[in-house]
This record gives sequence, C-alpha cells and structure tokens, in this order.
Amino acid sequence: MTKAPNNPLKTAFIQLGILPFLLVAAIAFFALNESRFLSSLNIFNVARQSTFLIMIAMGQMIVLLTAGLDLSVGAVVGFAGVVSALVLKAMVAAFPDAMVLAAIVAMGSGVLAGMVVGLINGIGVALLNVPPFMMTLGTMTSLVGVSLSMTKGLPVTQIPDAFQDMLGYGRMFGMAPAMVFTIVLFIAMWLLLNRTTVGRYFYAVGSNIRAAQLSGINTKRQLMLAYLICSAICGMVGVLFLARTGSAEALNGSNYGLQAVAACVIAGVSLFGGAGKVRDVVLGAVFIVILTNGMNLIRVESYVQQIVLGAILILALVADQLRTRLITR
Amino acid sequence: MSYVLEARAVSKSFGGVRALREMDFGLRPGEVHVLFGENGAGKSTLINVLCGALQPTSGTILRNGEVAQFRDVQDARRQGVAAMFQEFSLAPHLTVEENIFLGAEPRNGIWLKIGNRRQRVQAALDAYGFAVKPTQTVMHLSRAQQQMVEMTKALMTDPKVLILDEPTASLSQKETEAMYGLIAELKAKGVGIIYITHRMKEIEAIGDRVTVMRDGAFIATVDVASTSQQHLVELMTGRQITNLYPDVAHKPGKALLHVTGLTTADGMINDANLTLHQGEMVGIAGLVGCGKSDLIRAVFGLSAIAKGTVEVDGTPVARPVPRDMLARGVAYITSDRRNEGLMMLRPTRENLTLSAIGQQPLSSGGFLKLGRERDMAQDLGTKLTVSPLALEKSVLAYSGGNQQKIMIAKAIARDTKVFLFDEPTVGIDVSARVEVYGFLKALVEAGAAVLIVSSDLPEVLNLSHRLLVVRDGRIVDEMPKADISESRVLAAFFGTAAA
Repeated sequence: MTKAPNNPLKTAFIQLGILPFLLVAAIAFFALNESRFLSSLNIFNVARQSTFLIMIAMGQMIVLLTAGLDLSVGAVVGFAGVVSALVLKAMVAAFPDAMVLAAIVAMGSGVLAGMVVGLINGIGVALLNVPPFMMTLGTMTSLVGVSLSMTKGLPVTQIPDAFQDMLGYGRMFGMAPAMVFTIVLFIAMWLLLNRTTVGRYFYAVGSNIRAAQLSGINTKRQLMLAYLICSAICGMVGVLFLARTGSAEALNGSNYGLQAVAACVIAGVSLFGGAGKVRDVVLGAVFIVILTNGMNLIRVESYVQQIVLGAILILALVADQLRTRLITR
Repeated sequence: MSYVLEARAVSKSFGGVRALREMDFGLRPGEVHVLFGENGAGKSTLINVLCGALQPTSGTILRNGEVAQFRDVQDARRQGVAAMFQEFSLAPHLTVEENIFLGAEPRNGIWLKIGNRRQRVQAALDAYGFAVKPTQTVMHLSRAQQQMVEMTKALMTDPKVLILDEPTASLSQKETEAMYGLIAELKAKGVGIIYITHRMKEIEAIGDRVTVMRDGAFIATVDVASTSQQHLVELMTGRQITNLYPDVAHKPGKALLHVTGLTTADGMINDANLTLHQGEMVGIAGLVGCGKSDLIRAVFGLSAIAKGTVEVDGTPVARPVPRDMLARGVAYITSDRRNEGLMMLRPTRENLTLSAIGQQPLSSGGFLKLGRERDMAQDLGTKLTVSPLALEKSVLAYSGGNQQKIMIAKAIARDTKVFLFDEPTVGIDVSARVEVYGFLKALVEAGAAVLIVSSDLPEVLNLSHRLLVVRDGRIVDEMPKADISESRVLAAFFGTAAA
C-alpha cells in the first residue's frame, strides 16, 4: 500500500470523513456543467427544499445514536399532516375569525400526534424490548392505514390560504418559515447533544447500554426520549409540509424515511450507535438535496438518479469503513 | 538445536507504530515455551504473526528449519501451526460439532459430510476428557466449556505447534489441572507449545523456557528451573518490584454495607450474610461459577433478589438498582470491561466522568459544565496514572491496565464509600497490577470499604483483612487476616475438611 504519512488530503479524510469531499465534488461538478446551478434562485431553492429533510434527519439521528432505527418517520409526517389538516378545518369552521389560534392549535395537534407515535415506539423498544427495526416497521405500517382511514383514502385539501401564508409561503424574519424552524431546531439539537446531560446520555446508551446502566443512567428513559423527540420533530415537519403543499395525504412523507437514514449515514452517524455529529447530519441532508437538484437541472432521468443515490450511499459506507481502519491502526 | 517453529528478526508495524521490532523466537519440539511481558509488549502481535493471522512487515519465519509463509490462519493450520485465542473464535449460535469443523468442513462436493461427524467430535472430546455434548449450542455453554470447544477445534487439526493465549484465565482449579494434564500429553507427543500467561504460578507449574518481551522487542530467553520470579519480573518491567502486594492498614470503622439472608431469584446465591466496614478490605474467593460475582452483582442491583435485606450505611434498601446504589455511595467495578464497563469508542474524558456527569459540579439543571468536566477528567486520569493520558482518545486504544484504571477513576469521580470490585486485575500486567493495588490501599486507608471478588487466589490471600469463601452459592467460610491460609481456602472451595 502506498501512502505518504503527511498527506493533507488523507489527514482531512481521517478528520472529517468522506462527506466534505463528496459535497465539494458535487458542487464543482454541477457548477461546471450547468450555469443555473449557482444562481441565487437555485441556491434559495436548494435551501428551502433541504429544510424538511434536514429536520427529519436530525430526529432520526437521535434514534440512531442510541443504536436504534426509526422507520416510521415518513409515516409520521403523513399522519401528522392529516391530523393537523382535520383539526385546522374544524377549528376554522368553528371560529372563522381566529386564524392564528387555529394555526397554533393545528400545529400543536400535529406535533402531539407525532409524540403519541413516538411514545408507542418508545414503549415497544425501551420497555418491551422489541427490536427497533420491527417496532417501527410495525408502527409505520399501521400508521399509513390509520391515516388512510381517517381521510377515506382521499387527500385533505381546501386548506385556508391564511394558514399556508403563515407557515408555508410567507416570510418570518425575511426567511421561509421552514428555514426559521430548521435553524432554531439545529441550535436546539446542537445544544442538546453537546451541552446537556440528556444529550451525553444518548451517546452513552448507544456506545454501551450496559455500561450506561451500571453508571447510573436511566437507559429506558433515554430510549423513550429518543423516539419521542424524533417523532415530535417529524410531527412538526408534517404540519410545515401541509402548509407548503396545501394537501394532506397518508403517503406525503414516504420519500423522507430512507433519505433521512441515508443523510445520517453519509454524515458518519454510526448504525451501531454512539457516534455522530449534528453539524454533519445537516451537511449530509444538504448533500442529498444538492445531488437531486443538480441531477434534475442537468436532466438526469429519475431512474438513473436512484441508481446514483444508491451507489453514493454504498460508497460512503465503504469510505467510512476505510476511515475506521485508518483511525484504529 | 532444531526448532519446530522459529522467528528471525521479525518486525511488524501498524501505520507508524512498530509493534514488533526485530523479534527473535525459537520453539523446540515438546516444550512449553512461555511468552512473558506486560500488556502492549507485543506478545499478541507475535503470536498473530506466528499463526498466520498477521503478515510480518519484515523478517522470516521458519518451520522445521525451512522458510515458511502463512497466508492466513487456515494455511498455518495446514502447515501444522494452530492457535487458541483468548477472544474466542466460536460462532455462538452454532452447535459444538459445527463449530469444531467450522472453516474445515468435511465435504462431498458441495454437500456437507455429516455422517460420522458426531462420532469424531465425541471421540475427540472423550479423548481430551472434556464434558461437553457435541449437540449443545455454544452460546449456552459456560466460558470454561467454550474454551474446551476452542481447544478441541485447535487439536482436531493434529498440530505440531500449538499456541495458547491465557488458556486457564477462566478455568476453575479442577479444569486447570485437566488442562495441564492435556498439555503434558501433547508435550510427550512432541508438540511444541507457545503459552502466554501473566501468572507466575503457572509458569512454574508447566513452563520449560520463558521468553521475555518488552516494548515489542526480545529481552531474554531463560530456563524456568534456574530463574527466580523476581528476576522474571525485573526482566519484564526493566525495573525492580520488591513486593507485589502492599500492606494495607486495617482500621475498621462503622458498618457501611450490611447484607443478611440474601437469596437471588435465579438461585445463584443462597442465604448470604456479609458486613463490610469503613477502612476494611474484604476478599471473596471461590471457584468459577460458584456465585461469588453474583453476590456483589445482586447487592448492586444487577440481578433480582428473592429474599434478604441490603443495608447501606444503616439505611435499608428495599430493591437495589444501580442508579440508586451509586447515589448511596456504592460502586460496582465490573470484570467485563468491554461489554459492561466502558464505552470503547467514546473519548476517555466521557468515560471518566460518565457516572458523575449528571450531578454538581459537572452539570447543573441538565446543562454540562465542559470546563469543569475537562479539569476533573484530567485530575482523575493523573491521579490514577493513566499513561499516556489523552482525554480525547477513545478508550479502545488503551491497554487493559489503563482501561482498568479508567474504570476505577470513574467510580472515584462520585462520592463513593463502598467499592465492590469484580476481578480488579483481570487481564492486566504486573506493573499495572502493582499500581491498582496501590489505589486500593489508598482507598481503604482513606476510610472506604472495599470488597474484592477474585479468582486470583494470591491476590485475595495477601490483600484481604477478612476473606470469605463461596461455594455453590453459599458463604461457607470466613477467616480473619491471621487465619488466612491457602490450604484452608482450598478446603472450603472443595468442601473437604481443612488440613
């Protein structure tokens, strides 16, 4: 094997992982091949399109940190959208003048709907010891059924314009509302994971749950919290999604489920738990959106896009293995 | 002199680190050749190179005087070199017979030849005197039994060179005797045996020659018969260690831990009574599987209690759980560092402070005080002489001795009055051991109550102010320091009358 010990690229790879290289490569490639890629309009688009995935990926990350997995994130987005749409329409019908109140109640009920699912996942995983994969596969499957039967299989539409303006198309501090939510959530997540005991315990539980227990950590509570936080975030995304699209459907979030896991894994979050940085997860999500956006701009067929995404995911995992080997030797 | 296996100027580097430096080693047929050295001295690297698991960076390996190359472990086995590792290479969900043939299955084309497999395995197990059934699933076997399976697997290939890495570490006295018997038979057949151990007694019992390693390099090869223990330790550490076991002052104060009539739900412990005072070191000895660890694990809340009471500092604890016991000042330091002691891939700092991080002064209102955490971790690491201390390095990179120190430091990080040690020196080298004993002494003399459960008999014989013996889940003997003797302990182990 040829290797220069002081190769700066290699040092950077060991320190940062594969993601920065992929990001730079993708941006350079699309910028050279398509002039519209770096236009301010497109950058704004990418930023806005990334928000949902970034938020869901941050939720998924907490679960992954505890060595778990939440397959139900996409279904929660759809379910929370349906719940908040129905609540919103009922509120508007009852109190036509109190739009702000209706929006707040709708938002709250969406988040609450998510938390109910999170509680069920948490009870299954933490208290009943069901493997996370099976538990969340179960809730995902039933949840789609619940959403479909609540809407009789039809999308919920005719969402009041005022609601869509407020949380979807309007401006908060000069930004898209979803952007503001993403920034606030990122700061909150960063603080949680780097500056609080609860955050530290997520890493501990994922690294070695027995050691965490022997160190006096309430491991069941931590697992429970992980699923709760993840689902609450997805519930919130469901509401924002509703405000953006103006229609609520059971399968609205289904694309996000695996993309969020992919974003985390590309960002170096270990599927075995205990390792991962929230900053990288944001970059991971942005990378996936950039890739999709760029391929759309240079008119790559959607089937081919799937092939590229899958291949890059595998490449990232292989690179991560290589990196682990470089670190431990 | 003809060697059955020889290493000449073998070096092995990992990245920039040289784990082996021009190592020379020669194994004669029919000898037990002990490899001796501290953790990190390069013993494991050497045997990994000799059994084909690693390729040397430079140097040559000779088999019966001819240059040999082992592509991998299977290749080495075909050439008559088999190894039995400390970390078992068994598949837990497969049966004994499946494991024994794993990687070398007899086949008819693509089909497994199952016909006489069971008889062959049974015959081998009988021949070696191992009480294991070929159809048992490996995960349901005890550690000692798993070791027997591993040994059978190595021996089925009829090796001329056998490498054993601490084979008796998890064996009881009786099983150890059986292992020695087996080794004697193999020697008589002319098999050369490379044997890694940290135990002096073992070297004297079965070793013919000893090769001492330090810092990845050859130090000396000596005959066991003409070398004193003291000299061996000096060769290994490069300095003089006069006394392994310190004298610990005994000033018992009030009772801090009081256990009466303890019976566990799984029946491992029956009607145990135990009192532990301030400023006292109490040892618990017993054979593997007698329940001695289960006793302190139950006290700490790691297995359910069916009957009996536990009192900490005069206050009864209805149902012990680890979180609550830690809050009461009781810490349990596990024997299983990897699986339940440390977060292997997390930084040393986080491991050191894990049990204390939820409390003042390291956090308040759920928010971490990172500066104070760093200071405390630095203090703890320095106090316990973790070396080299790198707070942000993952614990995995440290030797067993340093990892053990980190676990002790973790217990000290909180206001702990009662320390329950489960095998405090398992798998750590002599100089780390001396340091660990130093900390235990300091703890006891500062007024802590220390309980040591240990399979290392000299350790508990020499350190304990009082020594309890557990047999079949019951405390069968208790002796004050003046009455502690090896013969009385052994008599209690096996339930025979004291000599």
